[in-house]
Amino acid sequence: MPSSSTTTSTVRSDNRPAASTLSRRIFPHRMVRREAIIGWLFVLPALLMYAAFVLLPLLLSIQYSFFRWDGIGPMSWVGLKNYATVMDDPDLLGTISNAFRLVMFFSFIPVTLGLVVASVIHRVATGRLGAVARTVLFLPQVIPLVAAGIIWGWLLALPGLINQILKAIGLDALTRAWLGDFDWALPAVGLIGVWVLLGFCTVLLLTGITKVDPALYESARIDGAGWLTEFVKITVPLLRQEIGVCLTVTTIAALAAFDIVYVSTAGGPGNSTAVPGIQIYILAFTEQRIGLASALAVMLMILVLAVILPIQRLSRETL
Amino acid sequence: MKVARGELFAGRALLLGLMAITILPFISIFTTALHPAGTVPNGLEWPADAQWANFVEAFNVANMTALLGSSTFIVIAVVPVALVISTMAAFAIGLLRVPGSRLLLALFVFGLTLPFGGIIVPLYYLERAMGIYNTRLAIVLPLIALYMPFSVFWMRAHFVNMPSEISEAARVDGATIWDLFWRIHLPLARAPIASLGILMSVWTWNQFLLALVLVEDPTRRTMAGALGAFQGHYATDVPLLCAGTILILLPTLLIFVLFQRQIITALLQGSVKG
Repeated sequence: MPSSSTTTSTVRSDNRPAASTLSRRIFPHRMVRREAIIGWLFVLPALLMYAAFVLLPLLLSIQYSFFRWDGIGPMSWVGLKNYATVMDDPDLLGTISNAFRLVMFFSFIPVTLGLVVASVIHRVATGRLGAVARTVLFLPQVIPLVAAGIIWGWLLALPGLINQILKAIGLDALTRAWLGDFDWALPAVGLIGVWVLLGFCTVLLLTGITKVDPALYESARIDGAGWLTEFVKITVPLLRQEIGVCLTVTTIAALAAFDIVYVSTAGGPGNSTAVPGIQIYILAFTEQRIGLASALAVMLMILVLAVILPIQRLSRETL
Repeated sequence: MKVARGELFAGRALLLGLMAITILPFISIFTTALHPAGTVPNGLEWPADAQWANFVEAFNVANMTALLGSSTFIVIAVVPVALVISTMAAFAIGLLRVPGSRLLLALFVFGLTLPFGGIIVPLYYLERAMGIYNTRLAIVLPLIALYMPFSVFWMRAHFVNMPSEISEAARVDGATIWDLFWRIHLPLARAPIASLGILMSVWTWNQFLLALVLVEDPTRRTMAGALGAFQGHYATDVPLLCAGTILILLPTLLIFVLFQRQIITALLQGSVKG
Protein backbone atom coordinates (compact mmCIF):
# COMPACT_ATOMS: atom_id res chain seq x y z
CA MET A 1 0.00 0.00 0.00
CA PRO A 2 2.54 2.58 1.00
CA SER A 3 4.04 2.45 -2.40
CA SER A 4 0.78 3.66 -3.71
CA SER A 5 0.88 6.47 -1.20
CA THR A 6 0.74 8.64 -4.14
CA THR A 7 -0.43 11.83 -5.06
CA THR A 8 -1.41 14.70 -7.10
CA SER A 9 -0.19 13.65 -10.41
CA THR A 10 -0.58 16.68 -12.54
CA VAL A 11 2.47 18.50 -13.65
CA ARG A 12 1.90 22.10 -12.80
CA SER A 13 3.85 24.94 -14.15
CA ASP A 14 5.49 26.96 -11.45
CA ASN A 15 5.44 30.68 -11.21
CA ARG A 16 8.88 30.92 -12.63
CA PRO A 17 10.54 31.79 -15.89
CA ALA A 18 10.42 29.06 -18.52
CA ALA A 19 13.07 26.41 -18.28
CA SER A 20 15.23 27.73 -21.07
CA THR A 21 15.41 31.28 -19.80
CA LEU A 22 16.24 30.12 -16.34
CA SER A 23 19.01 27.76 -17.36
CA ARG A 24 20.41 30.51 -19.54
CA ARG A 25 20.41 32.78 -16.56
CA ILE A 26 22.21 30.26 -14.43
CA PHE A 27 24.46 28.98 -17.17
CA PRO A 28 26.24 31.14 -19.73
CA HIS A 29 24.80 30.65 -23.20
CA ARG A 30 27.71 28.86 -24.84
CA MET A 31 27.79 26.21 -22.14
CA VAL A 32 24.13 25.28 -22.29
CA ARG A 33 24.58 22.32 -24.59
CA ARG A 34 27.39 20.67 -22.65
CA GLU A 35 25.64 21.26 -19.36
CA ALA A 36 22.40 19.87 -20.72
CA ILE A 37 24.26 16.64 -21.41
CA ILE A 38 25.66 16.60 -17.87
CA GLY A 39 22.15 17.28 -16.60
CA TRP A 40 20.85 14.30 -18.50
CA LEU A 41 23.59 12.16 -16.97
CA PHE A 42 22.10 13.06 -13.58
CA VAL A 43 18.73 11.72 -14.66
CA LEU A 44 20.09 8.63 -16.37
CA PRO A 45 20.53 6.17 -13.46
CA ALA A 46 17.00 6.76 -12.16
CA LEU A 47 15.59 6.65 -15.66
CA LEU A 48 17.37 3.40 -16.53
CA MET A 49 16.20 1.64 -13.38
CA TYR A 50 12.66 2.88 -13.92
CA ALA A 51 12.73 1.83 -17.56
CA ALA A 52 14.14 -1.63 -16.88
CA PHE A 53 12.01 -2.64 -13.90
CA VAL A 54 8.81 -0.64 -14.33
CA LEU A 55 8.29 0.53 -17.91
CA LEU A 56 9.61 -2.62 -19.59
CA PRO A 57 7.43 -4.96 -17.49
CA LEU A 58 4.52 -2.63 -18.20
CA LEU A 59 5.03 -3.05 -21.95
CA LEU A 60 5.51 -6.80 -21.50
CA SER A 61 2.19 -6.95 -19.65
CA ILE A 62 0.53 -5.37 -22.66
CA GLN A 63 2.33 -7.78 -24.99
CA TYR A 64 1.45 -10.90 -22.96
CA SER A 65 -2.19 -9.84 -22.88
CA PHE A 66 -2.52 -10.57 -26.60
CA PHE A 67 -1.19 -14.13 -26.30
CA ARG A 68 -2.16 -17.44 -24.85
CA TRP A 69 0.80 -18.63 -22.76
CA ASP A 70 1.35 -21.11 -19.96
CA GLY A 71 4.67 -19.55 -18.95
CA ILE A 72 6.77 -22.39 -20.35
CA GLY A 73 5.71 -23.42 -23.86
CA PRO A 74 5.44 -21.23 -26.96
CA MET A 75 3.18 -18.18 -26.95
CA SER A 76 0.29 -18.12 -29.39
CA TRP A 77 -1.33 -14.94 -30.63
CA VAL A 78 -5.00 -14.63 -29.71
CA GLY A 79 -5.66 -10.95 -30.38
CA LEU A 80 -8.24 -9.45 -28.04
CA LYS A 81 -9.61 -12.80 -26.91
CA ASN A 82 -8.19 -12.51 -23.37
CA TYR A 83 -9.96 -9.18 -22.93
CA ALA A 84 -13.19 -10.72 -24.21
CA THR A 85 -12.79 -13.53 -21.67
CA VAL A 86 -12.41 -11.05 -18.82
CA MET A 87 -15.56 -9.24 -19.96
CA ASP A 88 -17.56 -12.47 -20.36
CA ASP A 89 -16.49 -14.43 -17.30
CA PRO A 90 -18.62 -13.28 -14.34
CA ASP A 91 -15.88 -14.39 -11.92
CA LEU A 92 -13.27 -12.21 -13.60
CA LEU A 93 -15.54 -9.23 -14.18
CA GLY A 94 -16.73 -9.69 -10.59
CA THR A 95 -13.23 -8.85 -9.33
CA ILE A 96 -13.60 -5.41 -10.86
CA SER A 97 -17.00 -4.79 -9.26
CA ASN A 98 -15.55 -6.04 -5.96
CA ALA A 99 -12.75 -3.50 -6.36
CA PHE A 100 -15.33 -0.74 -6.73
CA ARG A 101 -17.21 -1.93 -3.68
CA LEU A 102 -13.92 -1.77 -1.77
CA VAL A 103 -13.53 1.86 -2.88
CA MET A 104 -16.58 2.65 -0.72
CA PHE A 105 -14.78 1.32 2.34
CA PHE A 106 -11.16 2.22 1.61
CA SER A 107 -11.90 5.66 0.21
CA PHE A 108 -15.34 7.10 0.86
CA ILE A 109 -15.63 6.18 4.55
CA PRO A 110 -12.06 7.12 5.63
CA VAL A 111 -12.21 10.44 3.77
CA THR A 112 -15.64 11.39 5.15
CA LEU A 113 -14.87 10.22 8.67
CA GLY A 114 -11.39 11.76 8.42
CA LEU A 115 -12.94 15.13 7.56
CA VAL A 116 -15.22 14.93 10.58
CA VAL A 117 -12.42 13.84 12.92
CA ALA A 118 -10.00 16.47 11.63
CA SER A 119 -12.54 19.24 12.08
CA VAL A 120 -13.40 17.95 15.55
CA ILE A 121 -9.73 17.92 16.53
CA HIS A 122 -9.36 21.42 15.15
CA ARG A 123 -12.38 22.67 17.11
CA VAL A 124 -12.27 20.95 20.47
CA ALA A 125 -8.84 19.35 20.87
CA THR A 126 -6.11 21.70 19.77
CA GLY A 127 -3.86 20.72 22.67
CA ARG A 128 -2.38 17.48 23.92
CA LEU A 129 -5.48 15.37 23.18
CA GLY A 130 -5.40 16.35 19.53
CA ALA A 131 -1.71 15.49 19.19
CA VAL A 132 -2.19 12.12 20.88
CA ALA A 133 -5.26 11.34 18.76
CA ARG A 134 -3.31 12.14 15.62
CA THR A 135 -0.49 9.79 16.57
CA VAL A 136 -2.74 6.96 17.69
CA LEU A 137 -4.99 7.09 14.65
CA PHE A 138 -1.93 7.05 12.42
CA LEU A 139 -0.43 3.87 13.96
CA PRO A 140 -2.19 1.35 11.67
CA GLN A 141 -0.69 3.16 8.68
CA VAL A 142 2.90 2.25 9.58
CA ILE A 143 2.55 -1.47 10.29
CA PRO A 144 2.75 -3.95 7.41
CA LEU A 145 -0.64 -4.43 5.73
CA VAL A 146 -0.04 -8.15 6.10
CA ALA A 147 0.05 -7.69 9.85
CA ALA A 148 -3.18 -5.67 9.71
CA GLY A 149 -4.74 -8.54 7.76
CA ILE A 150 -3.60 -11.15 10.29
CA ILE A 151 -4.70 -9.07 13.28
CA TRP A 152 -8.18 -8.55 11.87
CA GLY A 153 -8.37 -12.10 10.64
CA TRP A 154 -8.23 -13.07 14.28
CA LEU A 155 -10.54 -10.29 15.56
CA LEU A 156 -13.21 -11.21 13.00
CA ALA A 157 -12.93 -14.96 13.55
CA LEU A 158 -15.70 -16.89 15.26
CA PRO A 159 -14.08 -16.78 18.73
CA GLY A 160 -12.58 -13.34 18.05
CA LEU A 161 -13.10 -10.02 19.78
CA ILE A 162 -15.83 -8.65 17.49
CA ASN A 163 -18.16 -11.57 18.17
CA GLN A 164 -17.39 -11.40 21.88
CA ILE A 165 -18.34 -7.76 22.00
CA LEU A 166 -21.57 -8.55 20.15
CA LYS A 167 -22.35 -11.29 22.67
CA ALA A 168 -21.56 -9.04 25.59
CA ILE A 169 -24.13 -6.49 24.42
CA GLY A 170 -26.74 -9.20 23.78
CA LEU A 171 -26.49 -9.39 19.99
CA ASP A 172 -25.65 -13.09 19.89
CA ALA A 173 -27.79 -13.52 16.80
CA LEU A 174 -25.38 -11.41 14.76
CA THR A 175 -22.22 -13.35 15.55
CA ARG A 176 -20.64 -15.22 12.66
CA ALA A 177 -17.28 -15.96 11.06
CA TRP A 178 -17.26 -12.60 9.32
CA LEU A 179 -14.53 -13.33 6.80
CA GLY A 180 -16.06 -16.68 5.88
CA ASP A 181 -19.53 -15.29 5.20
CA PHE A 182 -20.54 -14.74 1.59
CA ASP A 183 -22.43 -11.53 2.35
CA TRP A 184 -20.20 -10.10 5.04
CA ALA A 185 -16.67 -10.96 3.94
CA LEU A 186 -16.28 -7.96 1.64
CA PRO A 187 -17.54 -5.35 4.12
CA ALA A 188 -15.34 -7.03 6.75
CA VAL A 189 -12.28 -6.65 4.52
CA GLY A 190 -13.41 -3.08 3.90
CA LEU A 191 -13.47 -2.45 7.63
CA ILE A 192 -9.78 -3.40 7.81
CA GLY A 193 -9.16 -0.76 5.16
CA VAL A 194 -11.04 1.86 7.19
CA TRP A 195 -8.89 1.02 10.21
CA VAL A 196 -5.68 1.37 8.20
CA LEU A 197 -6.54 4.50 6.21
CA LEU A 198 -8.54 6.66 8.64
CA GLY A 199 -5.40 8.02 10.33
CA PHE A 200 -3.76 8.92 7.05
CA CYS A 201 -6.82 10.88 5.90
CA THR A 202 -7.30 12.56 9.28
CA VAL A 203 -3.72 13.77 9.50
CA LEU A 204 -3.61 14.97 5.92
CA LEU A 205 -6.90 16.85 6.24
CA LEU A 206 -5.82 18.30 9.56
CA THR A 207 -2.71 19.83 8.01
CA GLY A 208 -5.04 21.29 5.40
CA ILE A 209 -7.27 22.85 8.06
CA THR A 210 -4.34 24.42 9.87
CA LYS A 211 -3.40 26.18 6.62
CA VAL A 212 -6.83 27.83 6.40
CA ASP A 213 -6.80 31.43 7.58
CA PRO A 214 -7.80 31.23 11.29
CA ALA A 215 -9.66 34.53 10.92
CA LEU A 216 -12.28 32.71 8.85
CA TYR A 217 -13.03 30.31 11.67
CA GLU A 218 -12.92 33.04 14.27
CA SER A 219 -15.37 35.29 12.50
CA ALA A 220 -17.65 32.32 11.92
CA ARG A 221 -17.60 31.58 15.63
CA ILE A 222 -18.23 35.17 16.55
CA ASP A 223 -21.31 34.92 14.36
CA GLY A 224 -22.27 31.91 16.47
CA ALA A 225 -21.68 29.25 13.81
CA GLY A 226 -21.94 25.70 15.13
CA TRP A 227 -19.72 22.79 14.20
CA LEU A 228 -21.92 21.75 11.27
CA THR A 229 -22.11 25.20 9.69
CA GLU A 230 -18.37 25.65 10.05
CA PHE A 231 -17.83 22.17 8.57
CA VAL A 232 -20.07 22.66 5.55
CA LYS A 233 -19.30 26.32 4.82
CA ILE A 234 -15.57 26.53 5.55
CA THR A 235 -13.79 23.23 6.07
CA VAL A 236 -15.11 21.16 3.17
CA PRO A 237 -14.93 23.84 0.43
CA LEU A 238 -11.47 25.09 1.40
CA LEU A 239 -10.01 21.60 1.68
CA ARG A 240 -10.83 20.63 -1.89
CA GLN A 241 -7.24 19.94 -2.79
CA GLU A 242 -6.52 17.86 0.31
CA ILE A 243 -9.76 15.94 -0.14
CA GLY A 244 -8.70 15.26 -3.72
CA VAL A 245 -5.34 13.90 -2.57
CA CYS A 246 -7.02 11.71 0.06
CA LEU A 247 -9.48 10.34 -2.49
CA THR A 248 -6.66 9.67 -4.95
CA VAL A 249 -4.44 7.82 -2.51
CA THR A 250 -7.22 5.75 -0.94
CA THR A 251 -8.87 4.92 -4.26
CA ILE A 252 -5.59 3.59 -5.62
CA ALA A 253 -5.20 1.62 -2.39
CA ALA A 254 -8.64 0.08 -2.92
CA LEU A 255 -8.31 -0.73 -6.62
CA ALA A 256 -4.77 -2.08 -6.18
CA ALA A 257 -5.55 -3.94 -2.93
CA PHE A 258 -3.64 -7.17 -2.48
CA ASP A 259 -1.90 -7.70 0.88
CA ILE A 260 -4.92 -7.35 3.18
CA VAL A 261 -7.17 -9.49 1.00
CA TYR A 262 -4.52 -12.15 0.45
CA VAL A 263 -3.91 -12.79 4.14
CA SER A 264 -7.44 -12.28 5.46
CA THR A 265 -9.59 -14.14 2.88
CA ALA A 266 -7.41 -14.99 -0.16
CA GLY A 267 -10.39 -13.87 -2.24
CA GLY A 268 -12.93 -16.20 -0.64
CA PRO A 269 -15.36 -17.44 0.31
CA GLY A 270 -16.09 -18.37 -3.27
CA ASN A 271 -15.06 -15.26 -5.17
CA SER A 272 -16.81 -12.87 -2.85
CA THR A 273 -13.69 -10.85 -1.96
CA ALA A 274 -11.59 -11.56 -5.07
CA VAL A 275 -10.12 -8.29 -6.33
CA PRO A 276 -8.07 -7.85 -9.53
CA GLY A 277 -4.72 -8.05 -7.68
CA ILE A 278 -5.64 -11.42 -6.16
CA GLN A 279 -7.09 -12.74 -9.41
CA ILE A 280 -3.97 -11.76 -11.37
CA TYR A 281 -1.86 -13.64 -8.84
CA ILE A 282 -4.06 -16.76 -9.01
CA LEU A 283 -4.35 -16.75 -12.81
CA ALA A 284 -0.64 -16.30 -13.34
CA PHE A 285 0.94 -18.33 -10.58
CA THR A 286 -1.49 -21.15 -9.81
CA GLU A 287 -3.37 -21.55 -13.10
CA GLN A 288 -0.51 -20.62 -15.43
CA ARG A 289 -2.78 -18.50 -17.64
CA ILE A 290 -0.30 -15.70 -18.20
CA GLY A 291 -2.13 -14.05 -21.09
CA LEU A 292 -5.40 -13.80 -19.23
CA ALA A 293 -3.67 -12.57 -16.07
CA SER A 294 -1.94 -9.87 -18.13
CA ALA A 295 -5.18 -8.76 -19.78
CA LEU A 296 -6.69 -8.29 -16.33
CA ALA A 297 -3.54 -6.44 -15.23
CA VAL A 298 -3.76 -4.05 -18.19
CA MET A 299 -7.44 -3.44 -17.49
CA LEU A 300 -6.62 -2.74 -13.84
CA MET A 301 -4.01 -0.15 -14.80
CA ILE A 302 -6.38 1.56 -17.23
CA LEU A 303 -9.11 1.48 -14.62
CA VAL A 304 -6.92 3.21 -12.02
CA LEU A 305 -6.02 5.96 -14.50
CA ALA A 306 -9.65 6.35 -15.58
CA VAL A 307 -10.77 6.83 -11.98
CA ILE A 308 -7.88 8.99 -10.79
CA LEU A 309 -7.76 11.55 -13.60
CA PRO A 310 -11.30 12.94 -13.04
CA ILE A 311 -10.68 13.15 -9.27
CA GLN A 312 -7.53 15.13 -9.97
CA ARG A 313 -9.33 17.44 -12.35
CA LEU A 314 -12.26 18.06 -10.01
CA SER A 315 -10.15 18.76 -6.96
CA ARG A 316 -8.06 21.32 -8.82
CA GLU A 317 -10.91 23.29 -10.31
CA THR A 318 -11.36 26.62 -8.65
CA LEU A 319 -14.72 27.36 -7.13
CA MET B 1 -12.34 30.71 20.99
CA LYS B 2 -15.60 29.63 22.48
CA VAL B 3 -17.08 26.23 21.94
CA ALA B 4 -20.18 25.06 23.76
CA ARG B 5 -19.63 22.68 26.64
CA GLY B 6 -21.85 19.96 25.16
CA GLU B 7 -19.99 20.07 21.88
CA LEU B 8 -16.66 19.94 23.67
CA PHE B 9 -17.80 16.82 25.46
CA ALA B 10 -19.23 15.12 22.37
CA GLY B 11 -16.16 15.90 20.29
CA ARG B 12 -13.73 14.57 22.85
CA ALA B 13 -15.85 11.47 23.38
CA LEU B 14 -15.72 10.81 19.64
CA LEU B 15 -11.92 11.13 19.61
CA LEU B 16 -11.47 8.89 22.63
CA GLY B 17 -13.83 6.32 21.13
CA LEU B 18 -11.96 6.21 17.82
CA MET B 19 -8.63 5.98 19.61
CA ALA B 20 -9.95 3.02 21.59
CA ILE B 21 -11.12 1.29 18.40
CA THR B 22 -7.70 1.87 16.85
CA ILE B 23 -5.79 0.52 19.84
CA LEU B 24 -8.06 -2.40 20.76
CA PRO B 25 -6.83 -4.73 17.97
CA PHE B 26 -3.24 -4.32 19.17
CA ILE B 27 -4.27 -5.13 22.74
CA SER B 28 -6.26 -8.13 21.60
CA ILE B 29 -3.36 -9.76 19.73
CA PHE B 30 -1.08 -8.95 22.65
CA THR B 31 -3.22 -10.74 25.24
CA THR B 32 -3.85 -13.56 22.77
CA ALA B 33 -0.13 -13.99 22.21
CA LEU B 34 0.31 -14.64 25.94
CA HIS B 35 -2.02 -17.67 26.01
CA PRO B 36 -0.68 -21.23 25.83
CA ALA B 37 0.30 -22.16 22.28
CA GLY B 38 -2.34 -24.17 20.42
CA THR B 39 -5.28 -22.90 22.48
CA VAL B 40 -8.07 -20.66 21.19
CA PRO B 41 -8.37 -17.92 23.80
CA ASN B 42 -10.99 -15.22 24.28
CA GLY B 43 -10.45 -11.95 22.47
CA LEU B 44 -9.37 -9.71 25.33
CA GLU B 45 -8.81 -12.02 28.26
CA TRP B 46 -5.59 -11.73 30.26
CA PRO B 47 -4.24 -15.28 30.61
CA ALA B 48 -4.09 -16.98 34.01
CA ASP B 49 -0.49 -17.85 33.34
CA ALA B 50 1.11 -15.48 30.85
CA GLN B 51 3.25 -17.39 28.36
CA TRP B 52 6.00 -14.89 27.64
CA ALA B 53 7.93 -17.80 26.19
CA ASN B 54 5.60 -17.66 23.15
CA PHE B 55 7.61 -14.73 21.88
CA VAL B 56 10.82 -16.75 22.16
CA GLU B 57 9.10 -19.68 20.47
CA ALA B 58 7.81 -17.47 17.62
CA PHE B 59 11.23 -15.89 17.31
CA ASN B 60 12.75 -19.33 16.81
CA VAL B 61 10.18 -21.02 14.58
CA ALA B 62 9.97 -17.97 12.33
CA ASN B 63 13.76 -18.04 12.09
CA MET B 64 13.70 -14.42 13.11
CA THR B 65 17.47 -13.96 13.24
CA ALA B 66 17.74 -14.81 9.55
CA LEU B 67 14.69 -12.67 8.76
CA LEU B 68 16.01 -9.61 10.55
CA GLY B 69 19.28 -10.03 8.69
CA SER B 70 17.53 -10.45 5.36
CA SER B 71 15.20 -7.48 5.80
CA THR B 72 18.02 -5.28 7.02
CA PHE B 73 20.12 -6.29 4.04
CA ILE B 74 17.30 -5.45 1.64
CA VAL B 75 16.65 -2.07 3.28
CA ILE B 76 20.36 -1.21 3.18
CA ALA B 77 20.61 -2.26 -0.45
CA VAL B 78 17.50 -0.37 -1.55
CA VAL B 79 17.29 2.89 0.37
CA PRO B 80 20.71 4.55 -0.20
CA VAL B 81 20.76 3.74 -3.92
CA ALA B 82 17.17 4.91 -4.36
CA LEU B 83 17.97 8.13 -2.44
CA VAL B 84 21.05 8.93 -4.49
CA ILE B 85 19.64 8.31 -7.95
CA SER B 86 16.27 9.92 -7.28
CA THR B 87 17.87 13.01 -5.74
CA MET B 88 20.18 13.38 -8.73
CA ALA B 89 17.29 13.00 -11.17
CA ALA B 90 15.12 15.43 -9.22
CA PHE B 91 18.00 17.93 -9.14
CA ALA B 92 18.30 17.83 -12.91
CA ILE B 93 14.54 17.98 -13.46
CA GLY B 94 13.57 20.50 -10.80
CA LEU B 95 16.60 22.76 -10.60
CA LEU B 96 18.72 22.46 -13.76
CA ARG B 97 15.56 22.05 -15.86
CA VAL B 98 17.34 20.00 -18.46
CA PRO B 99 15.70 19.97 -21.88
CA GLY B 100 12.74 17.59 -21.76
CA SER B 101 12.36 17.85 -18.00
CA ARG B 102 8.59 18.33 -18.17
CA LEU B 103 8.29 15.14 -20.17
CA LEU B 104 10.60 13.29 -17.79
CA LEU B 105 8.59 14.46 -14.80
CA ALA B 106 5.35 13.37 -16.46
CA LEU B 107 6.88 9.97 -17.15
CA PHE B 108 7.87 9.49 -13.52
CA VAL B 109 4.60 10.87 -12.17
CA PHE B 110 2.66 8.45 -14.34
CA GLY B 111 4.25 5.66 -12.29
CA LEU B 112 2.52 6.97 -9.14
CA THR B 113 -0.76 5.48 -10.29
CA LEU B 114 0.70 2.11 -11.22
CA PRO B 115 -0.51 -0.84 -9.12
CA PHE B 116 2.35 -3.29 -8.40
CA GLY B 117 -0.04 -6.03 -9.50
CA GLY B 118 0.02 -4.58 -13.00
CA ILE B 119 3.66 -5.47 -13.60
CA ILE B 120 4.29 -8.38 -11.23
CA VAL B 121 3.76 -11.14 -13.81
CA PRO B 122 6.31 -9.89 -16.39
CA LEU B 123 8.71 -9.06 -13.55
CA TYR B 124 8.64 -12.71 -12.53
CA TYR B 125 9.56 -13.93 -16.03
CA LEU B 126 12.06 -11.11 -16.53
CA GLU B 127 13.89 -12.03 -13.33
CA ARG B 128 13.89 -15.74 -14.19
CA ALA B 129 15.52 -14.82 -17.50
CA MET B 130 18.05 -12.59 -15.72
CA GLY B 131 18.85 -15.38 -13.28
CA ILE B 132 18.08 -13.31 -10.18
CA TYR B 133 14.80 -15.01 -9.26
CA ASN B 134 14.80 -16.22 -5.64
CA THR B 135 17.71 -13.99 -4.65
CA ARG B 136 17.45 -10.82 -2.58
CA LEU B 137 18.34 -8.88 -5.69
CA ALA B 138 14.96 -9.97 -7.07
CA ILE B 139 13.32 -7.69 -4.50
CA VAL B 140 15.98 -4.99 -4.36
CA LEU B 141 16.14 -3.98 -8.04
CA PRO B 142 12.39 -3.62 -8.74
CA LEU B 143 11.84 -1.87 -5.42
CA ILE B 144 14.43 0.79 -6.25
CA ALA B 145 12.71 1.28 -9.60
CA LEU B 146 9.22 1.33 -8.11
CA TYR B 147 10.25 4.04 -5.62
CA MET B 148 11.44 6.37 -8.41
CA PRO B 149 8.04 7.98 -9.14
CA PHE B 150 7.39 9.02 -5.54
CA SER B 151 10.95 9.94 -4.66
CA VAL B 152 11.71 11.91 -7.83
CA PHE B 153 8.39 13.71 -7.41
CA TRP B 154 9.10 14.41 -3.75
CA MET B 155 12.69 15.60 -4.16
CA ARG B 156 11.74 17.70 -7.18
CA ALA B 157 9.21 19.53 -5.02
CA HIS B 158 12.13 20.51 -2.80
CA PHE B 159 14.44 21.61 -5.61
CA VAL B 160 11.75 23.56 -7.44
CA ASN B 161 11.20 25.68 -4.35
CA MET B 162 14.87 26.58 -3.93
CA PRO B 163 15.46 30.25 -4.75
CA SER B 164 17.45 30.49 -7.98
CA GLU B 165 19.73 33.14 -6.42
CA ILE B 166 21.62 30.39 -4.60
CA SER B 167 22.53 28.65 -7.84
CA GLU B 168 23.26 31.90 -9.64
CA ALA B 169 25.66 33.05 -6.94
CA ALA B 170 27.49 29.74 -7.08
CA ARG B 171 27.73 29.90 -10.86
CA VAL B 172 29.21 33.36 -10.70
CA ASP B 173 31.85 31.95 -8.39
CA GLY B 174 32.66 29.38 -11.05
CA ALA B 175 31.06 26.28 -9.59
CA THR B 176 30.57 23.32 -11.92
CA ILE B 177 27.26 21.46 -12.03
CA TRP B 178 28.74 18.77 -9.83
CA ASP B 179 29.84 21.40 -7.25
CA LEU B 180 26.40 22.90 -7.38
CA PHE B 181 24.86 19.52 -6.61
CA TRP B 182 27.36 18.10 -4.16
CA ARG B 183 28.55 21.17 -2.25
CA ILE B 184 25.52 23.43 -2.29
CA HIS B 185 22.22 21.72 -2.90
CA LEU B 186 22.78 18.33 -1.29
CA PRO B 187 23.51 19.79 2.16
CA LEU B 188 20.43 22.02 1.81
CA ALA B 189 18.27 19.02 0.97
CA ARG B 190 19.20 17.00 4.04
CA ALA B 191 15.77 17.24 5.68
CA PRO B 192 13.63 16.01 2.76
CA ILE B 193 16.21 13.31 2.00
CA ALA B 194 16.06 12.08 5.59
CA SER B 195 12.26 11.93 5.59
CA LEU B 196 12.25 10.10 2.29
CA GLY B 197 14.84 7.64 3.57
CA ILE B 198 12.80 6.79 6.67
CA LEU B 199 9.67 6.38 4.60
CA MET B 200 11.31 4.09 2.06
CA SER B 201 12.81 1.99 4.85
CA VAL B 202 9.38 1.36 6.33
CA TRP B 203 7.85 0.63 2.91
CA THR B 204 10.64 -1.82 2.14
CA TRP B 205 10.24 -3.59 5.45
CA ASN B 206 6.50 -3.85 4.79
CA GLN B 207 6.72 -4.92 1.15
CA PHE B 208 4.74 -8.10 0.60
CA LEU B 209 3.76 -8.79 -3.02
CA LEU B 210 7.27 -8.63 -4.51
CA ALA B 211 8.62 -10.85 -1.75
CA LEU B 212 5.79 -13.34 -2.15
CA VAL B 213 6.16 -13.70 -5.91
CA LEU B 214 9.84 -13.17 -6.57
CA VAL B 215 11.48 -15.00 -3.65
CA GLU B 216 10.50 -18.54 -2.72
CA ASP B 217 12.75 -18.88 0.31
CA PRO B 218 11.12 -16.98 3.23
CA THR B 219 14.48 -16.36 4.89
CA ARG B 220 15.52 -14.23 1.90
CA ARG B 221 12.39 -12.10 2.03
CA THR B 222 11.37 -8.87 3.69
CA MET B 223 9.74 -9.04 7.11
CA ALA B 224 6.21 -8.69 5.75
CA GLY B 225 6.85 -11.32 3.09
CA ALA B 226 8.10 -13.73 5.73
CA LEU B 227 5.05 -13.04 7.86
CA GLY B 228 2.92 -14.30 4.97
CA ALA B 229 4.83 -17.59 5.00
CA PHE B 230 4.63 -17.78 8.79
CA GLN B 231 0.87 -17.36 8.60
CA GLY B 232 0.69 -20.23 6.12
CA HIS B 233 2.37 -22.57 8.60
CA TYR B 234 0.82 -21.44 11.86
CA ALA B 235 -2.66 -20.30 10.82
CA THR B 236 -4.24 -22.67 13.34
CA ASP B 237 -2.00 -21.82 16.27
CA VAL B 238 -3.48 -18.43 17.09
CA PRO B 239 -1.31 -17.45 20.10
CA LEU B 240 1.90 -18.25 18.24
CA LEU B 241 0.69 -16.42 15.12
CA CYS B 242 -0.13 -13.34 17.21
CA ALA B 243 3.27 -13.49 18.91
CA GLY B 244 4.99 -13.69 15.52
CA THR B 245 2.90 -10.81 14.17
CA ILE B 246 3.85 -8.63 17.14
CA LEU B 247 7.54 -9.39 16.66
CA ILE B 248 7.34 -8.42 13.00
CA LEU B 249 5.38 -5.19 13.44
CA LEU B 250 7.31 -4.05 16.51
CA PRO B 251 10.27 -2.57 14.56
CA THR B 252 7.91 -0.49 12.40
CA LEU B 253 6.09 0.86 15.45
CA LEU B 254 9.44 1.66 17.04
CA ILE B 255 10.64 3.56 13.98
CA PHE B 256 7.34 5.41 13.85
CA VAL B 257 7.55 6.48 17.49
CA LEU B 258 11.16 7.64 17.01
CA PHE B 259 10.67 9.44 13.71
CA GLN B 260 7.00 10.32 13.91
CA ARG B 261 7.39 13.88 12.77
CA GLN B 262 9.47 13.04 9.69
CA ILE B 263 7.25 10.15 8.64
CA ILE B 264 4.06 12.15 8.87
CA THR B 265 5.44 15.23 7.13
CA ALA B 266 7.09 13.13 4.44
CA LEU B 267 3.91 11.25 3.66
CA LEU B 268 1.78 14.35 3.70
CA GLN B 269 3.99 16.83 1.90
CA GLY B 270 4.70 14.16 -0.66
CA SER B 271 1.02 14.03 -1.39
CA VAL B 272 0.20 17.72 -1.34
CA LYS B 273 3.14 19.47 -2.93
CA GLY B 274 3.13 19.61 -6.63
